[in-house]
Order: sequence, then C-alpha cells, then structure tokens
Amino acid sequence: MAKNTFETPEVRTFPVIPKLENSATAHLSPFKSKEEFQTSLGYPGELVDNWQEKAIDKMGDLLGKYRSLRVYLDSCIQCGACTDKCHYYQGTKDPKNMPVGRQNLMRSVYRRYFTLPGKYFPKLVGAKDLTKEVLADWYSYYHQCSQCRRCAVFCPIGIDTAEVSMAAREVMDSIGVGQKYCNEIISKVHKIGNNLGLPEPALADTLEGLEEDVLDDIEVDVKFPLDVKDSEVLLVTPSADFFAEPHVDGLIGYAKVFHQAGISWTLSSHASEAANFGMFIGSYDNMKKLAMRIREAALELNVKRIVFGECGHAWRVAYSFLNTLAGPFDFLDPRYPVPQHICEITNSLIDQNVLQFDKSANDDMTLTYHDSCNVARASNMGGVMGGQFTIPRKIIKTVVNNFYDMDEETIREKTYCCGGGGGLLTDDLMELRVKGALPRMEALKQLIDEKGVTHMAAICAICKSQFSKVFQYYDLELDQIVSLHQLVSNAIIMNKKEV
Amino acid sequence: MALEVNGRQIEVDEEGYLSNLNDWEKDIATVMAKEDDIELGDDHWEIINFLREYYEEYQIAPAVRVLTKAVGKKLGKEKGNSKYLYELFPYGPGKQACKFAGLPKPTGCV
Repeated sequence: MAKNTFETPEVRTFPVIPKLENSATAHLSPFKSKEEFQTSLGYPGELVDNWQEKAIDKMGDLLGKYRSLRVYLDSCIQCGACTDKCHYYQGTKDPKNMPVGRQNLMRSVYRRYFTLPGKYFPKLVGAKDLTKEVLADWYSYYHQCSQCRRCAVFCPIGIDTAEVSMAAREVMDSIGVGQKYCNEIISKVHKIGNNLGLPEPALADTLEGLEEDVLDDIEVDVKFPLDVKDSEVLLVTPSADFFAEPHVDGLIGYAKVFHQAGISWTLSSHASEAANFGMFIGSYDNMKKLAMRIREAALELNVKRIVFGECGHAWRVAYSFLNTLAGPFDFLDPRYPVPQHICEITNSLIDQNVLQFDKSANDDMTLTYHDSCNVARASNMGGVMGGQFTIPRKIIKTVVNNFYDMDEETIREKTYCCGGGGGLLTDDLMELRVKGALPRMEALKQLIDEKGVTHMAAICAICKSQFSKVFQYYDLELDQIVSLHQLVSNAIIMNKKEV
Repeated sequence: MALEVNGRQIEVDEEGYLSNLNDWEKDIATVMAKEDDIELGDDHWEIINFLREYYEEYQIAPAVRVLTKAVGKKLGKEKGNSKYLYELFPYGPGKQACKFAGLPKPTGCV
C-alpha cells in the first residue's frame, strides 16, 4: 500500500476556521473508470471527441429537467454562510472545498453558456469557458464532495451543493469521464446484484456460517433465510453487512430481532444490496435500474413488507424515491409504510414490549451516536418530525446504560459526514478521507476525554467502514465503531426453545 | 503498470492488484509484500492459501468473519479474530491479503 504522503490534521480544542491554502488538495483526483464499467452504465467508454459541446448539451438537459439546479446556480448571493461548514474544507483548507467554491466551478460554466451577460461579457460576471483545465478541476473537486448536504442547512437560500455535485458527475460520465470506484460498483450490481460482487453461493455459505456462529454463541437457532418465498419481510441491506466488521454484527442483530418477534423474513440473492450508488453519480437511469431489482425480488418472493438495513444513502433513496423509481408497491401489505427502516421495526417492537433486554451486556462500553448524513438530512423515521434522530437514540438508550451525545453543533441535522460518503470511500482518496473526518474526530475525542466514551455507533455501512479505517490516523482502535443493531444483539434476551 | 518478478513483467492495476489473476505465483506475493515492508512468514501464508482456496470455490474473497473463523479453527481460537489478521496485514486482511493472494480487490462499502 502507498505509504502516507500526507499528515493527519491536528485535532483542535476549539475549532477555528482554517487559513486558506490555495490548491491544497488539487492533486486529489480519484482513479478514472475503465471502459467496461462506463459502457455497462450506458456511458461512453472514454472522453468523446466533441466533449465540450456534449457536456454543455448535457448541462442544458439537466437544467431543463431539474429546476432546482438552475435555481441553485442562479441564486447564490455569495454571502459566505456556507464557507466553513464543509468538513473537507475544514480538513484540507482548500478554498475550492468551500461549498460556494465548489458550486462556483459549475456556476461559472453555467453563466458562460446559459446566461446573457455571461455570453457577451464573461469576464464581468465570472463566467468561464469549459476548458480541459476546468474539466480537471471539476473531476477533482466534485469528487471531494460527499454530498452530505451539511452546507445546505446553513445556506439562507437552501442551495444544495450535493445536487450540484451529482449533476457535475452526470455531465462528466456522459462525456466518458467516470470515477472507477462508483462505476465499477454499479456495474457489479447490474451484473451480480450487490456492490461486492458476492455471488449467490458465497452469500448462502456466509449466511449458513452466521447461523452456526449464533447457535454456538447463544444456543438459539436463529435463521438467516435467503430467497424464502412467502416471507412476511424482504430485508434489503448493504452487502457490507455480509462481509465486513462491525457491519455483520448489525446483521446478526436484525436476525435476532426478527426471530424474537416471530416475524418471518428473507434476504434476496437478486436484491442483495441496499446501496444505490446511482444517486452518487447523479444518474436517474442507473438509480432506477438498481431500485428495480428490489421490486423484482419483492414480487418474486411474494413478501408483504420491504425493510431496509443499516445503510445511510440507501435509506435516502428508499425513503424519498423508491416509490417513483420502482413503484407502485400496491402488492405489499397496505398497513405498513413502504419501505420501513430496521430501526423503525425494532423501535415499534420495543414500544409493544415484544423485546426484552439486558442492558448490562453492553456495560463494557460507553456509547455515543453518529448521525449519518443521508439519514439525518434526507429522510425520516417513524413518521414523526425528527424521528430519524430520536428513534436510533431511543433504541440505543434501551439497550445500553452508558450513552452521551456529542457536541450539539455536530449532531442531528448539523451532523458531520464521516468523510467517506458520496462515493469517496476508496483508497485512492485516503488523504481526503482522513482530513475530512477531522470535525467528527474532534467531537468524538472531546467526548472521550470528558465522558470516557469508548465506542461510537452508526447506522450506515459507509460510515462504519470509513471510521474503522481512519480511526487509526487519530490514535483510536478500529473496533471503536459499532453497528447500532450490534448493541441490540448484545442485549436482547432470546427465548431458548426447550429441547 | 507492471511488477517485476523473477525477470517477468507482471501487469497490475493502478492499485497494485493483478490484472490477470492467472498470473499469480508465490514469488509475486513475496514481491508485493516487500513493497509494503512486510516479510511473509508461515502465518501470512496460511491466510494467503486460505484466501486462494476460498476464491477458487466461490469466485470472491471470504467475508472477514468467514476468514477469522477458518483461522480460529486451524490455528487456535486466540488467532481467530481480526486483530490478529490486522497484525499480519496492517492495511486490512480484506484488501492487503487479497492483493498478495492475487485476488481482485473487494469493492463496495468495505
């Protein structure tokens, strides 16, 4: 592995706005997608000859389709409220990582080709030609945005930089300039059904192994069903839950909850992925194609409900767009919302006193909770305002004795991205990931010092993988990040069947 | 990009993973490990061999848990955990060990 060529930012006691360092991370540019991944997503394999003309056409197409994009590009008053709100700016000090700086990369091109003053007096209005240099800047800095939308919370106009960065990636893909990490993954889902490329036999073997483990561990025959027709629930979960730690401990938690509540459930080998990276690259077509797998699986398996596991952006796509992407879901049980989050399931079972817990099972930990950006700012749970904040916390407090929240400025709707969201969870962006994690690390370390917090729980596969990797750069251990349902799994009291 | 092993030029991708999985031979793992400042001992080879066997059967690297369980069964419970694997492969058993074993890089949210 490449040795570190960068320094981990210093953890600040009192976060201050860093002094600007121009082009501090201009060298960060993720690997480009190979031709085979590009074509599998319906894009040109490499930079097309008339790329500039095509890119402007595509921008025009998106401006026509998404009114919001035009409003965002037109309405910024350069007030500066967003400038210090991005974790990547805080960690890298690069002014192009200020949300307004990032937007301006597209705004200047928009002005040049789509506004009257920009067409005739470009210099007066900061309009720029779309040159190769500008395209390189787009590729670099639109892959230094995790689309977490924290800046939008502070923008008085509500400009959503995430949508600008999604549009920029879609424009680049359409001229043959795609990112390897996202596009390789999406093509794997199209082909195999999940981000990992985990084929059905390997998935079945992994699940079988989990059944053995749980039986060994607690002497209860908890099942991890795969492709079982006529189940009540289809569970759609990130494939990282099958593969990585601490994700898999969360999956064990879901299984115990279903088992204990007597809800029949199944995973699907066809829809063995909750994640939908189509959103990260701003591609409606790919997002739809990925979402359709879930519909197909639900129909094929004749289930009554669809439940999503712990995955941040998957829940955004599911909560906000599933119905328009892959609906109508009139074949499901109308008594339940479509879809449901696993936290909503566990929460309602707690309310109904169906589940009992021994909190002391988690007494070796003192917890805090990281709100994942897409859950926090782009979704809801439980149909009550702020449910996406209160429900996970309520579950944690039900299953652990020791819990503290981090600084209010860094949680709930103001939560910081883990530093690896939006298609940036790739090794070639490790410097960005470490630097972008800074604000979250500062808030966590403060709590470790002041309250003796030992672990942080999350409900997003990306957050979990990102933290387990970047913790070491901040002198923390990789297992200090846990799955929320791992805590549930530790504390849940299971009925042992008499033999 | 290429890696020189025993005078042979072996094609690897931009992250150092083999472009053609069939190119693998033991010396490739040794050379790759040396680049990462790791000297491969028997403990490393146990893991690398398991990864190759699993891949042969399932066309994918094993999940971390599958790997730790197999290691635990073979080498004793105290070694059946990811801490042990990280000691051997500091950049992560999933990625670094797969690279040495000539497997493709695991993708996704891992």
